Amino acid sequence: MTLSLIQAAYLVAALLFIASLAGLSMHETAREGNVLGMVGMAVALVGTLWLAGQRADWLTWLAIAVAVSVGGGIGVRRARQVQMTGMPELIAMLHSFVGLAAVLVGYNSFLSGLSDAVHGVEVFLGVFIGAVTLTGSVVAFLKLSARISSRPLMLPARHWLNLLALLVSAGLLVWFVGGRSIVPLMLMTVVALLFGWHLVASIGGGDMPVVVSMLNSYSGWAAAAAGFMLGNDLLIITGALVGSSGAYLSYIMCRAMNRSFVSVIAGGFGSDGAVRGGELDYGEHRETSAEEVASLVTSAASVVITPGYGMAVAQAQYPVAELTAKLRERGVAVRFGIHPVAGRLPGHMNVLLAEARVPYDIVLEMDEINDDLADTDVVLVIGANDTVNPAATEDPSSPIAGMPVLKVWEAGHVVVFKRSMNTGYAGVQNPLFFRENSQMLFGDARERVEDILRAL
Amino acid sequence: MQIGVPRETRARETRVAATPKTVGQLLALGHEVVVESGAGAAASFADEAYAAAGARVVDGSIAWRADIVLRVNAPTPEEVSRLRPGAVLVSLLSPALSPGLLEQLRAAGVTALAMDAVPRISRAQSLDVLSSMANIAGYRAVIEAAHEFGSFFTGQVTAAGKVPPAKVLVIGAGVAGLAAIGTAGSLGAVVRAFDARPEVAEQVRSMGAEFLAVELADEGPSADGYAREMGEDFNRRAAQLYAEQARDVDIIITTALIPGKPAPRLITADMVASMRPGSVLVDLAAANGGNIEGSVPDELVVTASGVKIIGYTDLAARLPTQASQLYATNLVNLMKLLTPGKDGRVVLDLDDVVQRGMTVVRDAELLWPPPPISVSAAPAPVAAPPAPVKEPRRPPDPRRRYALLAVAAAAFAAVAAVSPPAFLGHFTVFALAVVVGYYVIGHVHHALHTPLMSVTNAISGIIVVGALLQLGSGRLGSSPAVTVVAFVATLVASINIFGGFLVTRRMLTMFRKG
Repeated sequence: MTLSLIQAAYLVAALLFIASLAGLSMHETAREGNVLGMVGMAVALVGTLWLAGQRADWLTWLAIAVAVSVGGGIGVRRARQVQMTGMPELIAMLHSFVGLAAVLVGYNSFLSGLSDAVHGVEVFLGVFIGAVTLTGSVVAFLKLSARISSRPLMLPARHWLNLLALLVSAGLLVWFVGGRSIVPLMLMTVVALLFGWHLVASIGGGDMPVVVSMLNSYSGWAAAAAGFMLGNDLLIITGALVGSSGAYLSYIMCRAMNRSFVSVIAGGFGSDGAVRGGELDYGEHRETSAEEVASLVTSAASVVITPGYGMAVAQAQYPVAELTAKLRERGVAVRFGIHPVAGRLPGHMNVLLAEARVPYDIVLEMDEINDDLADTDVVLVIGANDTVNPAATEDPSSPIAGMPVLKVWEAGHVVVFKRSMNTGYAGVQNPLFFRENSQMLFGDARERVEDILRAL
Repeated sequence: MQIGVPRETRARETRVAATPKTVGQLLALGHEVVVESGAGAAASFADEAYAAAGARVVDGSIAWRADIVLRVNAPTPEEVSRLRPGAVLVSLLSPALSPGLLEQLRAAGVTALAMDAVPRISRAQSLDVLSSMANIAGYRAVIEAAHEFGSFFTGQVTAAGKVPPAKVLVIGAGVAGLAAIGTAGSLGAVVRAFDARPEVAEQVRSMGAEFLAVELADEGPSADGYAREMGEDFNRRAAQLYAEQARDVDIIITTALIPGKPAPRLITADMVASMRPGSVLVDLAAANGGNIEGSVPDELVVTASGVKIIGYTDLAARLPTQASQLYATNLVNLMKLLTPGKDGRVVLDLDDVVQRGMTVVRDAELLWPPPPISVSAAPAPVAAPPAPVKEPRRPPDPRRRYALLAVAAAAFAAVAAVSPPAFLGHFTVFALAVVVGYYVIGHVHHALHTPLMSVTNAISGIIVVGALLQLGSGRLGSSPAVTVVAFVATLVASINIFGGFLVTRRMLTMFRKG
């Protein structure tokens, strides 16, 4: 009877997890969705503890209590302290923990004894995916927190190295299933750790939204693999949900850059030999001042702000939110246009703006706002570059040709906040800066926006 | 250097070459500014305002003897003689039409920069007084027409009956034409516009007017940014168009000018006669011969049929404050270009096409006309690198897809055949969960993608279930390695569960509706 009850608890937990993700489809139900997820987790844990507790002595209970409270304590601390600009790092770090747990559970499963060949394959795959997720997420974490350079690592013959790692792992699988020894498992773990490391190290900073959602997906598959090896349907369902969630996000990100998933994983823009023949003469760009921008936006009827990663770097979301509030008080219609790959995480800009108390109903997605840009008086481009590049739609020979972009150049005036005239992530010059309706406002985005606030 | 701003002496001139605001900007460049007493009076800038801005208010002889003299209108011969040799004169000079004046300036040893000879390139836009003055003239043309017109511009339905909107035709969609289109449109009129350059159609439509086109073989865009004289066939068809429109519209505003040539005659006396009595025509080219037959410079003519033709040449000067401010700002932008060090030292760089184009006389040497330059910013037909033409991908053969599906099904059957039933049961759950996940995630709002990731982080901490079961599988100490590993796994998975849910909650509380 106990087992049936626990099975029922797992089913309820799985349904609550699905309801939790479904709740995130709208702002109105999102908080409720999160609570449903917590309840589901609590149901699952109570059931599991009941099952585990039947054979446990007090020392085991103590170990469980210590592990959960220490882990929980660390988690609570991180969640309380994290800055919204630091969300990508936190997410990457949490992915690595799932990977680590999957590796550990896999090893334990092996140490407790394999039942048959299928179980062996499950353990092997679980450890492999877990190890790739672990080091991949660690590298992503280091890159996102700027502890290592976010430039792509370019090893010679890197595609062959990846293929070699996969082939060696396949060979080790055969050995492992045949011999059931720990040696091939450990060898494969080393290979998988290196593979995961190299996979993410060779991807540049601007592709991070894809990488992070890909790792999210891997962490789900790792959990699902653990479910297979333990014969636990709740783990399988949850892992599959998380895995398909990450895969779907990666797909959205790739589509927003008009690139295939393979090309993102295989390396960044410009590394595939897309070199332009000679520098084109784009003409002259014009500089403007914070005072002029202040009078421009106050005399406008509608303003659209398109932020990018530069806004997060400069921590400019607070003055931007203040500017938004002031302009709205004066009756200027202010809206935000968010490109799907703006920032380093899917939805990163939305969270930053929410943190600065920008109402979410004026923060629109690219597809929602693109048709309105032609009727907009002023567009402020803050720390974005490739996502507002007209070359993507107008120049078929550009490396970013075909990428969906925010058509800011159709607006009456465009003010570009930028540190210098350097190119963006894709290494492509942006003809927007040289348009007749564009003006450049150079300097730190935060300071410039604060200057505008003073001028108001 | 000392900059002098003398009073304008031409009849009906109300503008001035510096305003209190631009005096401050000139001082910031390191210059000293002297303004002739009363120079800004007609534009509502008092001497005191100039003094407060930091200028010295002086009498005319001192202003004329400055190192740099800023003016609106070209100097008279008498005024040229008041300039000091070596001085720099900046003003409107119409160099193409006034060779005598250029000769006098040359003889006087003056360096002269013509504000009306600024090349039409993007970089020089900030100095382009023709654009800034044309903008004002276009606006004022509509205001003058409205003043003479006997009806509303906007259509209304009143208790006393329905008022139809006025119909306005603007010929020439340059800066002045576009300003006129915008002004007439904002007064509520129905606006139509015609221009010989088909490439401006988009701009006209963006201002809310209808673009009237003449069907013709392609002529290509003009290389210097101005309109040019058109072919015989084109002119004939355009004339037909004007004749048709003249019978229909209430107001016609013509802005057609070709630099260095007399203005083209567009509207004939017959067309004027065909208009309804009370109709108004404004000829912005009256000073250069006029686009409209019967227009007289600086006068309002009423024809026998009761049609009014306005030929004012001082439309910009009828908005003296605004016109002075824009003109003076153009001059400040020129002085910024000429004072690269912001140290009050003027450097004239003739290798720069903008400065070369404007400099008509320097060091007793005539530099007019400048070598021709082409507008570089225009989308010139540069030989674009031929885009790699992608082979249109053939739609995949449906039979191939079915074959692939069959192979996949066979492979799955083969694997399933040797798999234990328990595995297949789990696999069924897995496959269904992937599909459910795909559809659920597909509906997640884009703004909630980050909370989505942190929630999935939290729920993938469910792997703790595996670790807990392993931890509880035996008495502690029976297999220490398993226990230690399971302990660590439980710990890191707990970080995920607590951290993930909490950070999601934190994020979600931040989102609020406006």
